[in-house]
Order: sequence, then structure tokens, then C-alpha cells
Amino acid sequence: MNGYEFIFAGARLTMLPSGALWWGEAKMLTVSDLHLGKSERMARRGGAMLPPYEIRDTLTRLERDISTSGAETIVCLGDSFDDLDAAENMHETDALWLTRLMAGRRWVWIEGNHDPGPVEFGGTHLAELYAPPLNFRHIARPGAAAEISGHYHPKASLSLRGRSISRRCLLYDADRVILPAYGTYTGGLRSDHVVLEGLMRLETIAVLTGPDPQPIPMPRSLK
Amino acid sequence: MACMTALPALFQSWFAERDWQPHPHQLEVLNRADSSAIMLIAPTGGGKTLAGFLPSFVDLGESPAPGLHTLYISPLKALAADMRRNLGKPINDMGLAIRVEDRSGDTSQTRKKAQRADPPHILLTTPESLALLLSYEDAPRIFASLKRVVVDELHALAESKRGDQLMLGLTRLMALAPDLKLIGLSATVEDPPALAHYLHHETEILIADPGPDPKIAMLTTDTPPPWSGGGGRYAIPEVLAAVKAHKTTLIFHNTRAQAEIFFHHLWLANEELLPIGIHHGSLSREARGKVEQAMVGGELKAVVCTGSLDLGLDWGDVDLVIQVGAPKNVKRLVQRIGRANHQYNAPSKALLLPANRWEIIECQAAIEAALAHDLDGDPPGPGPRDVLCQHILIRACSGPFQADKLYREVRNAGAYAKLTRSEFDECLNFVATGGYALRAYDRWQRLRQCPDGNWQLRDPRAARMIRMNIGTIQDTDTLKVRMKGRGGKALGEVEEGFAASLVPGDTFLMGGQIVRFEALREMVVQVSRDRGRRPKIAVFMGTKFSTSTQLSARILKLIHRDDLSALPSHTREWITLQNTVSRLPRTGRLLFESFPHEGRAHSCIYGFAGRGAMQTLGLMLTRRMESAGLGPLGFVATDYATLIWSLTEVTDVDTLLDPDGLSEGLDGWLAENALMKRSFRASATIAGLIQRNLPGQRSTGRQATFSSDILYDTLRRYDPDHLLLTITREEALRGLIGFDRVENLLRRSTGRIDHVRLDHVTPFAAPLFLEVGKVPLDGAGAETLMANEAAKLMEAAGLS
Repeated sequence: MNGYEFIFAGARLTMLPSGALWWGEAKMLTVSDLHLGKSERMARRGGAMLPPYEIRDTLTRLERDISTSGAETIVCLGDSFDDLDAAENMHETDALWLTRLMAGRRWVWIEGNHDPGPVEFGGTHLAELYAPPLNFRHIARPGAAAEISGHYHPKASLSLRGRSISRRCLLYDADRVILPAYGTYTGGLRSDHVVLEGLMRLETIAVLTGPDPQPIPMPRSLK
Repeated sequence: MACMTALPALFQSWFAERDWQPHPHQLEVLNRADSSAIMLIAPTGGGKTLAGFLPSFVDLGESPAPGLHTLYISPLKALAADMRRNLGKPINDMGLAIRVEDRSGDTSQTRKKAQRADPPHILLTTPESLALLLSYEDAPRIFASLKRVVVDELHALAESKRGDQLMLGLTRLMALAPDLKLIGLSATVEDPPALAHYLHHETEILIADPGPDPKIAMLTTDTPPPWSGGGGRYAIPEVLAAVKAHKTTLIFHNTRAQAEIFFHHLWLANEELLPIGIHHGSLSREARGKVEQAMVGGELKAVVCTGSLDLGLDWGDVDLVIQVGAPKNVKRLVQRIGRANHQYNAPSKALLLPANRWEIIECQAAIEAALAHDLDGDPPGPGPRDVLCQHILIRACSGPFQADKLYREVRNAGAYAKLTRSEFDECLNFVATGGYALRAYDRWQRLRQCPDGNWQLRDPRAARMIRMNIGTIQDTDTLKVRMKGRGGKALGEVEEGFAASLVPGDTFLMGGQIVRFEALREMVVQVSRDRGRRPKIAVFMGTKFSTSTQLSARILKLIHRDDLSALPSHTREWITLQNTVSRLPRTGRLLFESFPHEGRAHSCIYGFAGRGAMQTLGLMLTRRMESAGLGPLGFVATDYATLIWSLTEVTDVDTLLDPDGLSEGLDGWLAENALMKRSFRASATIAGLIQRNLPGQRSTGRQATFSSDILYDTLRRYDPDHLLLTITREEALRGLIGFDRVENLLRRSTGRIDHVRLDHVTPFAAPLFLEVGKVPLDGAGAETLMANEAAKLMEAAGLS
């Protein structure tokens, strides 16, 4: 698989250009923070009416990753829907599309803070998933090990001779992996934010998403 | 019908007591007090604002009835506040019971509430505050008694979307107060009828005696200016001498960065410690306020400044204006010179300081144009529709409305007079439903049509959010700069992109001092004082002006004159040499030079279309050269020419410059252009798709907010005909990147290209080699750059 390969807790993992995590041995594809239905939720709450195409865009990328990887298990690591109503109000075409993607595969919905309950789509609903040796949950738990999580939408920037490029990124150290947000309408939290700095070890690597994922030492604030 | 309205006795004696004579144009405004719209053009110091208010004073008289009578709108908050003090004087002297208050974003909530409940007779405000007032449900009550509106600095407002918003607001006011009279006040402009029409379709124009012609000259120096670059540092001794010889001097620069650098070097040479300050839009409000105070108090000999002092208060004793760098635009030059016009009947005095050889010619051309009263300017375009979208939202906040009526109403604004019904309906549809090809929000429409046909907010609570988004001023992404340490002093702002490129230890200029970058903390750039002498240059945002078309035409004519004696000898020799070695660019033809230099083929195109357009031309031609296999490596553009270097020489000039198919494949390039994305963000914010960043809101960099670039890319992919993309494209093509100028240039040059092939660099092309801002063509792409940089970092960290 094209991407950045690394060994974590004894498992050989690959971050794909899109920011999805591929675990070849288990044929498992993990994506985090899809935030499907974000535009619908904003409009419902009287906010701006954003272009209603983000579900389409996110599913297009997900479909591509599933077909190129040949994944048999898909783990959605929480905040898959922007809220539970957003899951219910999904446009019929989009809902059918998602159902079709799920067909014939093991599909695990991990609960997130945005979607704390089961949604009407099939699949397995779990608070956490233990797939030895890895633990999958939405929000990283301090002190945990071999943990794969999302929630924070990490991003990092790299300075290139006077210009600065900022990308979503995956963070990993000896204990945990934090996945970038996969959804189209998602922002990012800079890796030098106090929360991420506190959570991650000093020798953390940030892997930038993009056609050719690049690892860099996680940018930290200057102390 | 010039029947002489006598100034009421009270006013006559007020003038008489002061030994003043009312100016003829002040009386004329009073004579025409019943005209539905007047525009008064008068120079600074001509008692313009008093003229604007005289009809109100006379009408209100000694014991006015309660209620809002006159609205005064200016582009500057400070001007509104200052006006309150200025008006207080005649009102008190004459014992008029007229209540004057100002209202802006700085006014307290309590005051604002009180003003709505019990409006003053005269309210001084800004376009944004007026828009906000109009969004309230009680707008009809507040404005029912309104008789007059005075719009100050109309010429400046007309150049931005703030003016468009104001004009739409005026159409609303005229609907609420049908008998309303408008007065527009303006500095000298090139096309008074166009500006008058912008204010109102039936505007009478009054032009006051402009006073004596200004005295403008080039600042002569012992050393000739450098071949390229800007800033005018070479002339610092002469500038200091001029400052010393005058009471107060304004030293105008075209960019903030140049103002900072010049100020820094001015002080290094200022051995007599003449009190000289600096004023520009990136400095903190406190810093600017201090300089303004010192200025009014007559404590400063000079102020180094930018467009931030183009408008505003009469600074009293300014008796000299120095323009550093070519003025780019004759109208702005004339208006800046007017800043030295402290006495109406005394000529103002100005010196032009060209920063390089080309600018000598441009300055001379500008001086001639100013003396010939030949002002430039682009004809105003149609009213931007993003502003109209916001206007519709504001209208909806104040209560239900009929689409037909609103359409008729907005067309009363000059800029929207030609708006078609379908263009209007597109905006209404966008505001109501998002206007997407995919009908996704029928349940959650922002506006909904009631059974009686009226439109109204689906959820009245949305009004709060809409109000927070009112306005058209874009805060570019800037970060505050503060001294390190607790409660560190605020110095000003820099562009976010600039801040991101800083590494600790980098130094730059801010408010005239060199500071050292320490850290970026909570979106604040923390700095410390630095004792070094060579700062890294600060890149502020701020517009880079392009030379106007009219001024460019004058430059072309000037170099062809038989008598070049108006120019210094070194410049004359340079022009003559170019004529001998190659050719002089000519009006109506396009000069294209080809020559080798340092093993590369070079092409120099003298388009004289202004920097923005010449830059765009460079991008378009190198794209064509790329597909023709000529191996373009880079280019650089100035206001006058574009220089391209490539592996292979261009031989088929006509095909390269063929205007047909120019826009083919341009869409893709345009769409990826960072300027387009910036333009989209601006329009999307104004039109209400994106919520404006409120101060402090961006500070956390939360994961919930995402970049407008994502929306832009999504729309392009799934809804390419969406209204906002149309608006973005219209704006970018018109203003941002000068595409129309490029197209005009190539169209009129077809079959009129002078291709000169030489074996060495030409005199006119030589300065281009020294230009900064070369654009490298990145065949390898950002990904490769990134991979290299990432590998280096990993290695340095011992992680590879």
C-alpha cells in the first residue's frame, strides 16, 4: 500500500495518503471523525447553509480507500456523524451509498462525543474495540497503551523557505496513535496545542497527509 | 435657479463675529437645500463639512423638534467622533438646542440602546453601524423623522464595498423616509458625474473653487536613484533637509513595509533628533493615537505614513507632502497633496521622490498629469452581489419583505441600477436556500416565503448571527505582535503567513524599532527588543498598487518626446541608449525583446499594464511556454514590463501572444490561485456563508472550525455554477489579477508586435534583473520540497 508504514505495538501499520490507517495483517481500515452531516446540522441550527456535498466527498474517498486496500473490516473511530439527527436526516442517496459500502464487510461504529448512541445503519456499535494487540477508542486515555484514537483532529505545519504548509497529520509515539480527521468539513488542532503536547511523548512523530505522506518530529511550541 | 437664500441672521452674525465670510459653495449648498441629492466637490480646508451641515442647522433652528433629523456617515470612526467635537462649537456658540451624538463599533451597548430609544438630532456614524441600525425591527420608527443624510469622503467610500453597502443602505433609508435629501462630500475626482450617479441617479454636482494649483516638484538629489527597488533610502539627507525647512511634513509611502524601513533609516540619519513619527494601519490603535495627538499638538516635524493618513482630520499645519516612490495613480497623488492644503487659498506644496530610474519617468508623468488636472481612475463596475446578499439578509432581520419591492428599491443605488431581476433572484435564492444545485435545505431554509408572498427569517433567532456578520471589511488573517512578558506592550499586527515563516531569533521592523521573534503563543507573536542594525524585512499585508492605465499611457508618450529636458540627464541618457541599442516601447505597439544572458534565453515584454496585470501575463505566458516545450524557468514583473527566462528562446512571438484561447485552461490555473481563494473567502463572508471571525474567536485554533478553502474546493467539485463561484470569478477577473487589462493589451497588440532580437541585455531590461519578487516556476512541486525538508528534520532529530 502506498503510504507511510510504521511498527506500533508490534503491528505493522500504514497511514494512507488520505489519513486512513491500514492494518494489513488484520485487513482492517480505520478512519476517524467523518463528521457526516455537518452541513445539515449547521443549517438545522439556523447557521450558514454550507455546500451540502461533504458526505458525498467523504464517502468518495472512503470508497476509494476501501477498494484499493481490499479491507474486510472498517472501523469508524467515533464522531462519524456530526450528531445523531444528522445520521437520521441523511439524504436518501447518501444513505444508500453508505449502506452499499457496508454490505459484505464487518463494520464497527465506535461511539464519539458527537454520536454517543447507535445509529440506524447496521454494523456493530461499540464504545471501544479491542483487536489484539490494539485498543480502539474515540478519545485517548492518559496512561493507556497500544491505543488507536481520534477526536483531536491533529494538524501540523512545516516551514519551507519562507512559506508554511499546514496539513492534517497522524501522531504516534510508543503508546498511542492519534488519527487525523477524515471528514471533508473538519478543521484541525495544531500539534503544539497544550492538550496534544501533554498527551504525546517527546519523541512523537507526526505523519503529514498528502499524496506522499511525510514523517516529521511533532512540532511543539517553543518553551 | 440661483435665488440667493439669505443665511438666517443668527448664522450671519456667527460668521461675522469671527470675521469669516461663508464660502460661495457653502451658501450654494444652502440654496439647493431642497434638491433630493447634491454632491459637493471641494478641496481639503474648504469648509466642506460645515457646508454639508448648514442646511440641517438652519432647518433644525434654535428649538428643534425631537427625533433623528440628520445622519452623517464617514468611513472613519475617528472622523465621526471628531466631528462631534467640531460641530459642538457652532452649536454652542449660536445656542442651538441640537443634540449631536456619534455611534460606531466603539460605542457602549448602553449608549447604543439609548440612541435607539431616543435618537439625537444629528447622528454621526459609519456605513457598518448604519447597516446594523437598519437591521433592527424598529428601523422604520428610528428613521421616520429623518430629513437629511451627509456622506463624507464619498470618493473614498466609492472605491470599496463599504460604499456599495452604504448606497444600498441609503435606498432603504429613502424608502423609510421618502422626503430624504442626500449630500455627498468628496475630494477631487476624475469623473464627477459617475460619482454623483453612484450616490443617487438624480444628483446635482457642485464644484467649489479648487484654489490655486499646487506646487509639485521632483525632489532632486546629489546621487541618482538606484536602478531598481523602492523605498527611496538614497535620498534621506535631502528628505531630512526638506523636513527641517518646513513646519510639518507628511512623508507618504506606498506600502507599510517601505514606510517602516524608511523610518528606520531616517532615524539612523536623524542626528539633530527632529521629532518624526510613524503612522500606518498595522500599528496598534494606541500607537497611532499617540502620533495623531502629537500631530494635532504640533509636536512633530514629520510623520512617515501610508494610506492610513489619506483620509481624515485636517492635520493643521502640514505645509509639505513628500511622496516616496511613484504615486501609481494621479488621483491619489492629488488627494495626498491636498493634505498639505491647510489654508484654502494657499497652494499646497509637494515633492515627489522617485525610488528608481523608471519611477523618475513615472513621477514626471504624474506631475504633468496633476498640473493638467488629468486625473485617472477606472469606471465604477456594477455593484458586487455579495454585498447585495448581505443587504437582503439585513432587510430580512428587520422584518418580512416583498421581493418585488426590494428589487425596485435596491435599483435606486447607482451601482445596482442595471441589476437584472434574475441576478437579484439568484441572490435571494442563495440567501434563502443556499442556492445549491442539490436542494438540500428545504426544511432548513434561512428565509421562507409566507403564504402572503412576503419573505422572512425562518428562525428569528438567526438575526443575532446575521447582525454579528454585518460589514464588508475583511480582516486579513493577522496576528497581534506584543512585547514578551506579562502584559507586554501591543505593537501592532503582522500577516499570519509572515508570522508562520519566522523562527526564533529572526528580527523585523515594527513601529520603527527592530524586534526579535521569541515565540508564537496563543496566536500572539511575542517579541523582544533587539539591538541589531539589520532587521529581516517585515512583510505586512497591504495593497500593492498598480500604475494606472492613464499614467502608463503618459509614461509611454513621455519617453518619445523630442525634448526630454524635464528629466535628469542620467535618465535622458538611459532612454537614448535604449533607443540606439534596441527600440523604445510605443503607444499602440508592443515591444518584445529576446536576448541571451548567462546561458538562458530571455524575453522582455513591455506591456505597461501595471504590476498586477504584468504578473498575470507572466503566469499565462510561462504556461504557454511550458506546453510549447520552451522550458520557462521563472519570471519577474514590474508595472512596465515582464521578464521571462527559459531554456529555449521564443521565436514565434505572435503565437505566444495570441489573445485567443488565452483563457483556455486558465480556469484551472485561476481556480488554484491563492488570490481566488482569498477572494472567495471575502465574498463568502460578506454574503453570509461563512461567519466572520470575531476578535479572540480564532485564538484556540479549535478543530470545529475549518478553512474556507475546503468550501471553495467542494463547490468547485460538486457545484461549479454556484453563485458564489461566479461572484468570486467576476471579482478576480476584474480587479485582483488584472485579467481584463492583460486581455485588452494582447487584443490591441495583435499584429502590432515589435520583436527585437539582440545578443545582450538592453538598457530598459537591465533594471528587471535587479527586481525582487522573482517567481520561480516550481516544476518539482511542493511535494518534493516538503519531502526534502521532512528528511532534514528527521535526520536532525536523530529519528531517521
